[in-house]
Amino acid sequence: MSDLRAFLAERAIDGRVAWTDQVAAMDAFGLSCAEAERAILDAALLPARYQRNQAMLTTGQQRQLFDSVVAVAGLGGLGGYIIEELARLGVGSLVAIDPDVFVEHNLNRQLLSAPSSLGISKVDQAVARVAGINPAVTVRGVRATLTEYNARDVLTGATVVADALDSAAARLDLAAACRVLDLPFVHGAIGGWYGNVTTVWPGDSTLDRLYPDGTGGRGIESDLGNPSFTPAIVGSLQVAEICKVLLGIGEPLRQRILSVDLFHMEVHQIRLE
Amino acid sequence: MQATVKLYLAFRVGRFTTADVDLLDPATVDHLIQRLAIPGDSVGLIMVNGRQGERDTPLSDGDTVALFPVVGGG
Repeated sequence: MSDLRAFLAERAIDGRVAWTDQVAAMDAFGLSCAEAERAILDAALLPARYQRNQAMLTTGQQRQLFDSVVAVAGLGGLGGYIIEELARLGVGSLVAIDPDVFVEHNLNRQLLSAPSSLGISKVDQAVARVAGINPAVTVRGVRATLTEYNARDVLTGATVVADALDSAAARLDLAAACRVLDLPFVHGAIGGWYGNVTTVWPGDSTLDRLYPDGTGGRGIESDLGNPSFTPAIVGSLQVAEICKVLLGIGEPLRQRILSVDLFHMEVHQIRLE
Repeated sequence: MQATVKLYLAFRVGRFTTADVDLLDPATVDHLIQRLAIPGDSVGLIMVNGRQGERDTPLSDGDTVALFPVVGGG
């Protein structure tokens, strides 16, 4: 291992290890991409791909992200952006959960969809996408609907969960599972020009406020549809929240709801008691 | 009695952003929602005078009620 450290230290420039040198370390020492990334971070060096994170995140925090596991429930409009951004941010392990395959009406907004992916499972596409953009990230695909019966198996080990589901009932089930498993989750929901984001810690009843009937369907989305830009914005807000929760920094939206209105171009913050 | 009503997101479209609405006394949030012809199952977060409200929260003259629609898509 000290040979590996020497190998990396010798090649590092300004504390950063270039991708070609990370690949060279994988070849020379028989490592997976994730193992090489861990070795680089263990040596207090930074994979050069994260150089533009550096003004915001220390190398120690980048290591923290690499050690984190984020479960993404739903790989539709929101989930596609969330997977993409978490992988690029450098979160080391993702759990990608969705029962569906891509269909044509996904193409207007779902980042992981393309004509070539119609009929292909969203989970398989997420795994392939992450392998393409950041092969140091491990993705566990779960091609299933998250239920109270499988939640423990699927979510155990996660640090944070992203709620990117598409119905009130499924979201409330997720909230109940996270409460039992003592997991925080970052909620995002969209419909037309509109979206909500909030971060929920175990014991918080924020989702009961947003879905007072408990049995509602997809809310205003069923009337308003979803364009390309709303999931990109709301999914990105969720990733910013996840980043802060993973690192314990900043001011997460706890007991606060951020309500985004892209039609009137207003953002509202609702504080809950 | 009169309540000041603030509508958010899609509730504004074809209605208003802020308006004073006359209600028969006694009134609840539910009466207000019916008065505005908003489908009850589309109402999500309710705030009355900046505090969380419920459908059966009683209203007094001069109260401010904020209504947000359910948003559930992903």
